[in-house]
Formats: sequence, structure tokens, C-alpha cells
Amino acid sequence: MNFLIGLLAFFAVIVGVMVFLNLSWPALLVVLVLLGLWMVLTRRGRQAASVTSIGVSTLTQRLGSSAVVVVGIAGVVAVLVAMLAMANGFRETLKRTGSDDTAIVMRGASASEVSSVLGHDATVVIAEAPGIAKDAQGRPIASPELVVAANLPMMGGNPEEDFGSVQLRGIGEMAWELRSNAKIVEGRKFTPGMRELVAGKGAQRQFQGLEVGHEIKLGNQMWKVVGIFESNDAMESELWGDAGVVGPTYRPNGGNSRTSVFVRLTGANAFDAFKAALVSDPRLQVDVDTTLNYFSKQSEGTSKAISAIGIVVGAIMAIGAVFGALNTMFAAVATRAREIATLRAIGFRGLPVVVAIMLETMLLALIGGLLGGFLAWLVFNGYTASTLAAGSTGQLTFEFDVSVALLWTGIKWALAIGFIGGLYPALRAARMPVTTALRES
Amino acid sequence: MKYLHLIWAALFRRKTRTILTLLSIIMAFLLFGLLDAVRVSFEDAGKSANGAERLQTGARLSFIQTLPKSLEPKIAAVSGVKDVAYANWFGGAYQDPHNQVFTFAVSDNYLDVYPEVLVTPEDRKAFNEDLNGILAGEMLIKKYGWKIGDTIPLQSQIFPNQEGSKNWSFKLVGVMKSKDGDAFQEGMVLLHWKKFDETTPYNQGEVGWYISRVKDVNQADRIARDIDALSANSDHETKTQTEEAATRNWIKQMADIGLIVTSIMGAVFFTLVLLTGNTMMQAVRERTSELAVLKTMGFSDNKVLALVLGESVLLLLLGGVIGLALVSAIGMVLPTMSGGMINNTHVGISSWALGIALASGIGVLIGALPALRAMRLNIVDALAGR
Repeated sequence: MNFLIGLLAFFAVIVGVMVFLNLSWPALLVVLVLLGLWMVLTRRGRQAASVTSIGVSTLTQRLGSSAVVVVGIAGVVAVLVAMLAMANGFRETLKRTGSDDTAIVMRGASASEVSSVLGHDATVVIAEAPGIAKDAQGRPIASPELVVAANLPMMGGNPEEDFGSVQLRGIGEMAWELRSNAKIVEGRKFTPGMRELVAGKGAQRQFQGLEVGHEIKLGNQMWKVVGIFESNDAMESELWGDAGVVGPTYRPNGGNSRTSVFVRLTGANAFDAFKAALVSDPRLQVDVDTTLNYFSKQSEGTSKAISAIGIVVGAIMAIGAVFGALNTMFAAVATRAREIATLRAIGFRGLPVVVAIMLETMLLALIGGLLGGFLAWLVFNGYTASTLAAGSTGQLTFEFDVSVALLWTGIKWALAIGFIGGLYPALRAARMPVTTALRES
Repeated sequence: MKYLHLIWAALFRRKTRTILTLLSIIMAFLLFGLLDAVRVSFEDAGKSANGAERLQTGARLSFIQTLPKSLEPKIAAVSGVKDVAYANWFGGAYQDPHNQVFTFAVSDNYLDVYPEVLVTPEDRKAFNEDLNGILAGEMLIKKYGWKIGDTIPLQSQIFPNQEGSKNWSFKLVGVMKSKDGDAFQEGMVLLHWKKFDETTPYNQGEVGWYISRVKDVNQADRIARDIDALSANSDHETKTQTEEAATRNWIKQMADIGLIVTSIMGAVFFTLVLLTGNTMMQAVRERTSELAVLKTMGFSDNKVLALVLGESVLLLLLGGVIGLALVSAIGMVLPTMSGGMINNTHVGISSWALGIALASGIGVLIGALPALRAMRLNIVDALAGR
């Protein structure tokens, strides 16, 4: 019998955790409403409500041990939400970089922009494809660009030793038309034909010397920083210069070649025709993708890896917190053993007792989850980090993004921990022989 | 020491509570062990005896830039340089573009520069004689079930061959093993630079980076400067670093591992202190009368203090040691489970030392308050239950 109940409890734990981790908030609302109705309408429900209110009203007297559950769970949720916010921020930054009405064209089977090469002829052919939007003068909004990397001294490091890699993008005048979100916030745009650069705000935070008016050394040439731009996406981690000047610097024997062509389409629905035209063109061997798709794919590996680390760390911490919660609730049940036994002696059944203790634990867990989520939001929302992104050749700066969805995930974890932490002590309280419990001091 | 059984008995007075607390502590130290192993393996990357005598020379402009091969004899002529090898990035993928297989195109003497890469003389001979041959690391061979003599198709993400296709195919002629797990080539493929250079129209006598060994490690800085001076003010300026410095630089750009690990561990241990501290307070409060009895029997205040303190330190140490032992056990299974992806999760002496120091420290910290309370206990009040 004991074994059977143990087994049942074990299955209840597994099912409970699954349910809680996959809970959507309308479902939780329904559960809460049902629980409320049960408490108001049925005899056992009213019993459960009164036992719960006793437990909750005495919580303040057990502040120390209740705090253990709250803080333990808050810690788990804070770490989990912070890690997921990092992955989320990274993904969102890259996703914002693309849209479904702009497209990127690269040489066939290139994994990323840097490994692609398009000759001058190819870039001209691509700009003539159907479906490309035209600017006020009737020119197609197509921007052949050249992506390379540059080594610059990193912020806070030795300027001679600690070099980091930054992505340098050679662009033409159409690029500004295409990326209407990129705004110069300081200084001016570079002059075509000159060794001038504009730096993204993210790059400016990451590297030394990216101030308007400063000169930086790329290889053996000096380039002047003339402006800072803001675009609120991955591009902000780049330096932009005139493709006609960047090209010869980096590709002495192929200065006219580019790595990719970005185009603005007349609309998202023009993409299929645009792609079909380029793919069937015998003069070209290219891959065509919407920028939304391209940049989302770039973030996939890294954000998945960060999420996985977050979940593993969170899971180990959660197991630790479960034991903490179990400990506290067992102690709480033990100190109230007589009280509970008395209730049962005067006719309260087992179920209301189980429900009451579960509710009490879940309440503590919920407070912990909210606290942890709030802490993660307070400390990490908007926190700037950077990494070398896959498919890019430079440091990518991004901000942690603590979204509502993530906070909800954190609360679901908290509830799952509370569920396991409360179930066993609740069962013990309900099954303790009344006579033994009454004798306990 | 003679009171150990007394402390032990007090600790397991309430079995469920102690075991649950112990499990939380074990989880905390399990996490500590794993994260510290990651931190250490990142910190130690490139820090080997063989690595110390290697210098890496790459283009100063950026890491995607190549260098002329004409630099090789010039570097070899710098005084103090023992030998020079070179390599190019090939960027291979096997079967699916997502199955990345790190592949370098290397000079004939590349393996001489990396003595920690073990290749049997027969395999080495076979590789030298077959221009289309490749060497693959042991881990890759296991992962994909390759056999010597197999034809291996590899897709380059960058370089097309002479037909304009990026699907290359090679013959596997030998295995690279790693001495003491030091060689990163264990998870890599090497092909002949000559074959690469002749086949792809995109590379004309260009080299990705040079690796040179120095005769005297103490002169590495001077030699690095001399090598960079060779191409100063040319259109292919170089940057030469020791292998250790170069690796550290990469990792720093990937992520601030130290900071991440420290903040997670901070959160974990803060929670742990609170949780275990509460348990200890409870345990001592429960035993008030027992402690009073001990004092009545003649245990001095200091001894009672030591007993309670010893209890909490023992609890933490027990959990810490079990947790770290678990990490070691996982470290042994993980490499085979992850197919060689995660390779370096053994707990080093320094992690053990740090873990045990942390356990003792936290033990003293959380034991302090209950121990002081136990020490100040007034026998009469305690026995009367006041």
C-alpha cells in the first residue's frame, strides 16, 4: 500500500511538472477559477479553504523557513531568466536586422557573407532583377556590399596587444536608402572615395578610438572616423565605409568584387519572383534569401547553445531548490502535526489537508518566481554583452531581453518546483496516523 | 577528532532533514564543479609546454586576410626560429552543411611543429606520398565511423575546386591521436596545402597563418617583434603572438566566461547559505536541552561552540566532496556520451582545493550564528525550556 502510494506520488510529480512547464496562462486561469469554485461550492472545498487560510495566516510566524523556499526559488528563476534573456536578446537583435521585404543575394552555397564572392558583373545583373523597389529617381534600391573584418584594440585592453575583430562593411550610397533605420547620431556620413568610416554605436562601445574625428589604423592605412550611427540591430556592431575604398584595401587584385547584394523588394510577395529570376539566370550562381530568414538562421546555433546552458544550469539549481522546499515544508508539517491531527480528529478529511499544504507551497513558490523574475529584469534587462557570432567576422553587441514570455517561463518553473516541494510533505501530513500525531510534541 | 562520532550523531539526528539539506549542497557543488571545469578549461586553453614555444603569425589587418607564401623563408631566417609551418582555413562540412568539420590545409612540416599530435610513421608516410590524402582526428573517425582508405567527401564553405564546385573529396590515409588530450587536432581534418593551393582558383600561393617554433621560450617576445618587423609598412603587415595569447584573445572575444561563471555561482551559493543556515538554526534550536545537558556534564562553552561549528562544516564538506566526486564521475562519461564534443570536464586539483575551501568557509559562516547561540546558552534557562 505504501509502495503503491509512493509510486502514484511519483507519477503525480512527473505529470505535474510536465503540466506546469507547458502551462499557458489561460489554462492557469481556468485551473484557478475551478479551484475557487470548488472551494466555494463544495463541503470539502470549504474545508480546504479554511485549512489553507490557517496555513497562510501563520506564514509570517515561520518567516525564516518560508524565506528559504522563496529565496531558493527566486535564485533558480533569476539565473534561468537571465540566461534565457541573453539568448533571447541575441536572437532578437539578429531578427531585427532582417525583414521579409528585403533580400540578400550571395554566391551559391556560401555559409555567410564573408565567405561569399560576387564579381562586378554579377552585382550589375542582380540589380536589374524584377521585384526590386525603385527610389525617387527610378534607380533600383540594390546595394552591393563588401564585408570584411578588421582588427582593432578592444575597450579596456592594451592597445598594442588586445585586438578584437570588428566587421567592416563597404557600402554604396544605396545602402542608406535600403536601411532607413540607420541614422547618423553624431558627425556625418563618410564621403565616397575617401578613407572615412562611420561606426555603429555597438562597435563604439566595444573598441578603442571609435570617436568622431579620431583616426584608426587598419593594416598600414589610416582611416578617419567621421560619424556614429544607430540602427538598433546587428548592423550597429559594424563599421561602414565606402565599398570603392574598402575593396582595394582588402582585395588588392579584385577590388571590384563584392560579398553580397542587399535589395529592397516592392513587397514581401515580390520575393518569389525575384528569387526565381535570379536562380534561373544562367549568368549567375547565387543563393537568394530574405534578410529576415538569413539573419534568423545566423542566430540559431548560438542562441540555442545559450538557452541549453541556461536550462541545464537552471535544472541543476531547481533540483537543489526542490530539496530546500521539501525540507522547509516537511518542517512546517512537522511543527503543525498536532494541529493537523486535531483537524482530522474532528472530521476534516485528507484531501483538504493535502490541498491546503500544496497551495501554501505554491504560494511561496509563486512569490519566489516573481521575485526572481523581477531581479533578473532589474539587473539584466538591457544589459549589454558581446560575442563573436557564427557567420559574422566581428564582435556582435546585443542587449539582454527579459520579455514577458521569459518571465512567464520563470514562473512556470517556480510553480513546478513548488509542486514537487509541496506534494510529499502534504501526503505525509494527510497520512500520518492521527493518534501518533496527537502524541507528538 | 575524538568528538567526531558526537558531531556525526547530532548531524543525523533528523535523517530526512539532513539528507535533504545534503542533497541541496551536493547539487550546488555539482554545479560549481561543472562550471569551474569549464572556466579552467577555457583558462588553460593554449597553455601547454609545447604551445609555449609556438608563435602564430597572422595578418594584422584581420584574421580573414591571407599572407604571401614568400614570407616563409624570411621568418625561418629570423634568429631564434627553429622551424616554420603554415596552414590555411578550409572550412569543411561533412554530408550536411551543419556538420562542421574543422579542416586546415597544411604545409608538409605542420605535424613536426605539433609534437603532441601522434601519427604512426606508416600513416605519416602514406600522407606524405598521397597528395589527395587527409589525416583525421581520432574523435572524428569515431564519430562518423570512417575507416582508413575511405573516400571522404567534404564541402568547403568558402573555396570551390577547379570545377567550381565546393564539394571536394579526399582519401583518408591516417589517424591523428592526441598525447595527453593536449592536441586540438584530435577533432580535425588536415589536408595538403599544395593540393588546396593547386585546386582552388581562389588561392594563389597565399597562406592563412604561419606557426613557428622558437629555440628559446624566453626570447619569444623578441622573436615575435622581429617577425612582425619583416613586413612592417607593407600591404601585408603581420601580428605575431604566442599560441597562449592568441587563444586567450579568441576566448575573450567569445564571451566573458569568468564573469558568467562567477555570477551564477554567486546566486547559487547565496541561496545555499540561506538554506543551510536555516537548517542549522533549526537543528540547534531543537537541541537546546541536549546542549544544556552537554554543558552540565562539563563541556566548556568553547567546546560546545566547536561542536556546533564542526557540525555545519562537516555537513558542507560532506556535500562538497560528494558533489565534486559526482562531477569527476560525469567527467569520465561525458566525452563518450557527447561524441567528443565536450572533452575537458575533469576536476583539477585547483578546483578541488577551491571547492573544499568554499565548503569550509560557508560551513563556518552558517555555523557561526547557531554556534554562538549554543555557546552563550544558559544551562538553567535551557533546561527549563525558556
